Amino acid sequence: MAAEGNVKPAKKLSLKENYALLTRGLGWEPSYEKHEEIFRNISFEGIKIHDWEKWEDPFRLTMDAYWKYQGEKERKLYAIVDAFQQNNGQFNVTDARYVQALKIFINGITELEYDSHRGFNMLAREFPGVGPRIAAQMQSLDELRHATTQIHTISQYAKYFTGMNEFPYQFDRAWYLSIPKSFFEDAVTSGPFEFIVAISFAFEYVLTNLAFMPWMSGAAFNGDMATVSFGFSAQSDEARHMTLGIEVIKFLLEQDPANVPLVQKWIDKWFWRGYRLLSLLATMMDYMLPKRVMAWNEAWEIYYEQNGGALFADLARYGIKPPKRAPETIAEKGHVAHQMWSVFYANRDAVGFQMWLPSNEEMDWMSEKYPDTFDKYYRPRYEYWREMEKAGTPFKNTTLPQLCQVCQWPCLFTEPDDPTTLSLRETEYKGETFHMCSDGCKDIFDDTPEKFVHAWLPVHQIYQGNCFLPDVDPTAPGFNPMYEALRYMGIKPGVDGGDFKGSADATNWEKWTSRPANIHEGAYTDAVRDTSNPSDAARKAI
Amino acid sequence: MTVEIRTKSVKPLSNSFGHLQRRFGDKPASRYQEATYDIQSSANFHYKPLWDPEREMFDVRRTAITMKDWYALKDPRQFYYGNYTTTRAKQQDALDRTLDFVEKRDLLRALPADTRALIEHAIVPLRHYEWGANTNSAHVAAYAYGTAVTSPAMMNTMDRLGMAQHISRIGLLIDGNSGESLLASKTTWTDHADWQGLRREVERMFVTRDWFEVFIAQILVADALVYPLFFQHLDSAIAAGNGSALSSLTDYLMRWYEETGKWVDAVIKTAAAENPENKALLSGWTVTWRDRLVTALAPIAQSTLGNQSEDALAAVVAAFNTRAARLGCGDALK
Repeated sequence: MAAEGNVKPAKKLSLKENYALLTRGLGWEPSYEKHEEIFRNISFEGIKIHDWEKWEDPFRLTMDAYWKYQGEKERKLYAIVDAFQQNNGQFNVTDARYVQALKIFINGITELEYDSHRGFNMLAREFPGVGPRIAAQMQSLDELRHATTQIHTISQYAKYFTGMNEFPYQFDRAWYLSIPKSFFEDAVTSGPFEFIVAISFAFEYVLTNLAFMPWMSGAAFNGDMATVSFGFSAQSDEARHMTLGIEVIKFLLEQDPANVPLVQKWIDKWFWRGYRLLSLLATMMDYMLPKRVMAWNEAWEIYYEQNGGALFADLARYGIKPPKRAPETIAEKGHVAHQMWSVFYANRDAVGFQMWLPSNEEMDWMSEKYPDTFDKYYRPRYEYWREMEKAGTPFKNTTLPQLCQVCQWPCLFTEPDDPTTLSLRETEYKGETFHMCSDGCKDIFDDTPEKFVHAWLPVHQIYQGNCFLPDVDPTAPGFNPMYEALRYMGIKPGVDGGDFKGSADATNWEKWTSRPANIHEGAYTDAVRDTSNPSDAARKAI
Repeated sequence: MTVEIRTKSVKPLSNSFGHLQRRFGDKPASRYQEATYDIQSSANFHYKPLWDPEREMFDVRRTAITMKDWYALKDPRQFYYGNYTTTRAKQQDALDRTLDFVEKRDLLRALPADTRALIEHAIVPLRHYEWGANTNSAHVAAYAYGTAVTSPAMMNTMDRLGMAQHISRIGLLIDGNSGESLLASKTTWTDHADWQGLRREVERMFVTRDWFEVFIAQILVADALVYPLFFQHLDSAIAAGNGSALSSLTDYLMRWYEETGKWVDAVIKTAAAENPENKALLSGWTVTWRDRLVTALAPIAQSTLGNQSEDALAAVVAAFNTRAARLGCGDALK
């Protein structure tokens, strides 16, 4: 040993001390360049931060621990994904209708994970504090993980089923995918504080369980090993992200009382936008899962009304109130799934997933789950449409719907207190009229009209002739604008969408698996062997 | 006897995603390809960013460099999240064994006082350099165009945090986990004359907006001078009188630097070969930042390497010039 008197044994560090030493001191106050030139985006929103050091790090992960922890999860996940691919796991799901729900996932959700990754990266650059920057960096990397693992698992489905092969292309162009696209672009194009309130708090903390639990349970119920695996592997990441969401809110509210009204405004806005986005799940849960987990209204009761109620009770001490438009979401919960499914069904030739009318068994389930609304308003509609199908004159919408300027859903929702009247709102801005689907969306438009007038509304764009590929001549004889607009969107007309019965997915499914493509309707083709009359030998064996 | 397991094979409708088929043909794609190509949104953006209303949310105009296809800037390491984290986890396992070895035997605390003081003065402050590199790399990851560049830039951002923490651990091994060397190194970084040149340039990168220029300044030029100067030349000088205890810990940094260099070189070489305007821009940035950084590093090199400093810096610069010439951005050098 050297003789320098360094004899005291090295101190043992707790994880917390170790993290603090390896992290907090890394930053310094720059002196060669101006602070506001380095961190240019943190003042324009009006949020006041007096002491970034007050930030409580929610993750407390050093990079070495992150790599090891995540690396181990990845090893396990990819072992399952490899086995899934090797064993043609895509054919183990309940039926080919379940695959239609996966189309919505890969086309509408995966790119959101990517946008989230980029949004958090901007925070990772722009926040002056070391703690919040590292938190944002780790979440950014996690979001990249989620996009990546979703692509790697669903790619196996994309090889065997229609409508999943063009997910980045469709995301930028398909009319109904502008619902998720505009949601995340709204967040990323906001300032850093609005982004983190929108995504970390309103979306991840308040609403994400609603997406996560039913979706992943739905995948588990329907034999989708790949989705279940990436879902559960992502769950521990999500737990970190939710912690970040609540820490962010407390930090902002504790830093300055002037932050409270801004945060409240963003909570109101992003709760509503998040709700509108996630209610897409309502159709998935109630209509697209062949084996159902729970109904949308039950999920909303558990994951928003109960959990959210407790959360906002806790935040009351900061002067934060529950989201302004929460009562509307509760009033609508018996209707949204049915109204959305009806609109998708009517527009089935213009979407990239296939549609069907609910079977008797499914309608009975909905009567039970929605005793106040289903039999009264929706069962008669479906029964009527079923008659039209039988008569060979199925109901179809031949024009594209009016979209909401804010959430970009078709204006399909009814008044919260009157399910027989469509909810339509409008605002005049600079001599033009803009249409909204609800008071929640009108609030948002009216607060920042200059932002929302720029929205790229697909239906408007189609009618303005902006949605045709360069090889198209609109003056040519036989020009079909709807067909051409679908091609522009990356949707194969008559293949990706339309009626489920008779579709390539349904027919291939029965050919490849010898099982019915729709477990509630029996086989569509002879490829499914008839087992309704078992042979004597088989009967004895039972 | 071998048993052939019969499996039912079904011919897929296609072998890969449409965007990959258009690039590579209808054949099975690698996981790197699936996770990288065409993933970033590129059309029909909805809103003007409040933080940059003149441009779109993702916009090629955030650099003066132009590319016909931004996905030409691919990563030869073919990293996607999964193989990135498992690679780093494996490397970290090996490093942990080394750290454990050094810690158990108190190898750094056993060094003579002047050597420990030298490491505290000349190695530990680099944790702040790495944090600056993290900021600059985050800028690239946030504002660059196309997943081919932004994903590796994201990984580089996290790598820099990892390197900052690794260098901090060297400090803790010297100060017996008291953290005193870390506190001292921060003052050294912010106040000591030896470091002000480098800190000045790192802060200048913080206000450089063109993400490709930041890439050149930080990830090409600064790293290519800092890493060999400190972790090879200074490290060798320390090892000459004190054995290889420190080298066992800086080796990790050099290996990481060499691995990352493969990505950096591929990006720059491709961008410089794209068109003469790119080549001129890249060459201009390269010479500007090289000259700034060589000047910035002279004082710390002089105070730590003494009369070897000029030779060391000259060797580092010569190696850099050769590399830049090979990449096509060295036209303005010498």
